[in-house]
Amino acid sequence: MVPLGGYLAVGAILFSIGVYGLLTKKNGIIVLLSIELMLNAVNVNLVAFSRFGIAANITGQIFSVFTITVAAAEAAIGLAILVAIFRNKATINASEIDIMKR
Amino acid sequence: MLANAWLIPLFPLISFVLLVAFGRQLKEGAAYVGILSLLASFVVAVGVFFERFAEGAHDYITSFDWLNIGDFVFTMGFEVNQLNAMMLIVVTLVSLMVHLYSKGYMHGDERFPVFYSYLSLFTFSMLMLVISPNLLQAYIFWELVGASSFLLIGFYFFKPSARAAAKKAFLTTRVGDLGIFIGISLLFWQTGTFEYAAIFEAAHSGVLSPEFITLTSILIFIGAVGKSGQFPLHIWLPDAMEGPTPVSALIHAATMVAAGVYLVARLFPLFEASATAMLTVAIIGGVTAIFAASIGLVQNDIKRVLAYSTVSQLGYMMMALGSAGYVAGVFHLFTHAFFKALLFLAAGSVIHSVGTQDIKEMGGVGKHMPITKIVFLIGALAIAGVPGLAGFFSKEEILIATYDSGNVVLFWLALTAAVMTAFYMFRLYFLTFSGTPRHENHHVHESPIFMTLPMIILAVLAIFSGYVVYAGFGEWLAHGVISGEEGEGHHTWIMVLSIAAAFGGIGLAYLLYGRNNKVSTAEPKGLHKLLFNKYYVDEFYGTTVIKPYTLFGYVLKFFDKYVIGGLVQFTAWIAVAIGRLGQRLQNGQVQAYSLVTILGLVILLLSMTAGRLW
Repeated sequence: MVPLGGYLAVGAILFSIGVYGLLTKKNGIIVLLSIELMLNAVNVNLVAFSRFGIAANITGQIFSVFTITVAAAEAAIGLAILVAIFRNKATINASEIDIMKR
Repeated sequence: MLANAWLIPLFPLISFVLLVAFGRQLKEGAAYVGILSLLASFVVAVGVFFERFAEGAHDYITSFDWLNIGDFVFTMGFEVNQLNAMMLIVVTLVSLMVHLYSKGYMHGDERFPVFYSYLSLFTFSMLMLVISPNLLQAYIFWELVGASSFLLIGFYFFKPSARAAAKKAFLTTRVGDLGIFIGISLLFWQTGTFEYAAIFEAAHSGVLSPEFITLTSILIFIGAVGKSGQFPLHIWLPDAMEGPTPVSALIHAATMVAAGVYLVARLFPLFEASATAMLTVAIIGGVTAIFAASIGLVQNDIKRVLAYSTVSQLGYMMMALGSAGYVAGVFHLFTHAFFKALLFLAAGSVIHSVGTQDIKEMGGVGKHMPITKIVFLIGALAIAGVPGLAGFFSKEEILIATYDSGNVVLFWLALTAAVMTAFYMFRLYFLTFSGTPRHENHHVHESPIFMTLPMIILAVLAIFSGYVVYAGFGEWLAHGVISGEEGEGHHTWIMVLSIAAAFGGIGLAYLLYGRNNKVSTAEPKGLHKLLFNKYYVDEFYGTTVIKPYTLFGYVLKFFDKYVIGGLVQFTAWIAVAIGRLGQRLQNGQVQAYSLVTILGLVILLLSMTAGRLW
């Protein structure tokens, strides 16, 4: 049986990959995907703790269902924003999008 | 009446306030405000004078507390004694004449009401200075008099020379004012009071050491040197002639420049307590008298000759005071005010009509201006010391005083200066009024009544003001001020000498300028050149004082620009640099923002962990 540490390691690795993608990738879609990776890393942790935690119970799994729902909504909104930006600026390159400067 | 003496300065003050408030609307009607207020002052001053002059009258002094600082009480108030009762008459009378005269002289000037308001301000400050019962109040108005003099010299501020002259006058008298300020501060430190009477008491009861009295007297005398144009601070007075001529007559001949003499006379008991201080006053006075008179011999500007004559006559007064001739000095102050104001007003009348101040370009003016010619002649005779006119009486008293003081050198200096005075006055008279015109001046005409009337009144005074000696004026002045008997020796030979000096000077002037009435156009040489260039005193100050100061000013300017300015620039640069940094951080890149956020989070977590471990 895989111990708790293994799950947490997978979660940490997933999260780190997500952060890396978030900070470095220029394509807006990949940035959104990286955010999904980070959210899913959290889900792995929640589920792992609901099974192996000190006070193991179902709460963690319920939370992960919430997170998946929110992630879906967030992905929809994020894609909508990207489409809107693309229509206006004809690009989804993150380094070219600096309208927050003004 | 004595209790109402405070009214005398009040009227000019009211006139000043009115003219400042409504001058624009009044236009040339401003003259009437000034004249009426001065007339009121003069009437009160005459009343005060005769009440004080009456048999058995006493000094009147009253004051109120002005400031209470710690244990010290500073008072303000006024007093009437013999000296300032006389000064009140002189100041109000000459000022009234000048107010009348200016109505004609300044006619058509667009700043006419401003001129009158300045005149009123000056008269107010001068009267307050004279009427002050303590040194502090006197000092305040002493400075105010200087300020109004500055305003009036620079009245034609659009002329660069007038601006420069006003600045020069202010700065030069400032040097003297520093002396008087230190002097009265020292007196206050030692005696704890500014009241004249208390200071004299302290000086004579031995509270103050003799050295201290000498020191403070000389410091105060430095102030008088600055104000009265004595050598070596005389340089501002001839330049002050840039002001309108009525101003020269009022301020730079009759009243303000006499303030220095007045102050020495008022503090006479203090000066008298120190032989060194008295000798200093006498020597400075004597040197100034001969020094300025010799410059006056060769100047070509009518007002400048009169200015040097003023300096010289003020030196005479100082010399008399320094030789313990209190009455002689004050008496000369009294008579000089009238005939010198007269001479200036007459000169102004000529300038007004001819349109130049250079006597080389005048000549034959007397034919067209008979009244001016006669009054100028009276003034010149009076100042030369011709018997029967005012100057004769006071000048003889001064000669006697210097002789009695035992200082023979001073006596001969005074006599030589008397010859020179007669000479340059008549050189001026002959070159201006007699002979034929050296330049074509078609529009020469007699001045209007407003200008001739004051001159006639002053001419009458220039003749008769000397006769007050027969009314016991001298004894009255000396009463209570001079401790001992004044040497009342009758030296007939001195009188003869002084008459000879007057006629000698006049005769010499006639020989040189009266007969052929020509001016040499050759460049001045030798001694003449030295005199013409006023002994190069201005140049001397230019290299020894002004140059180093200017250099020092440049150093300070450099320091200000590069060190102080550098600091300011540096501070501004820091703010800008911080701004630039902030600008760079805000680049609108979401990824950069999140990087910073994550780094911050990492640092936070690490430090919290480290804190727990530690």
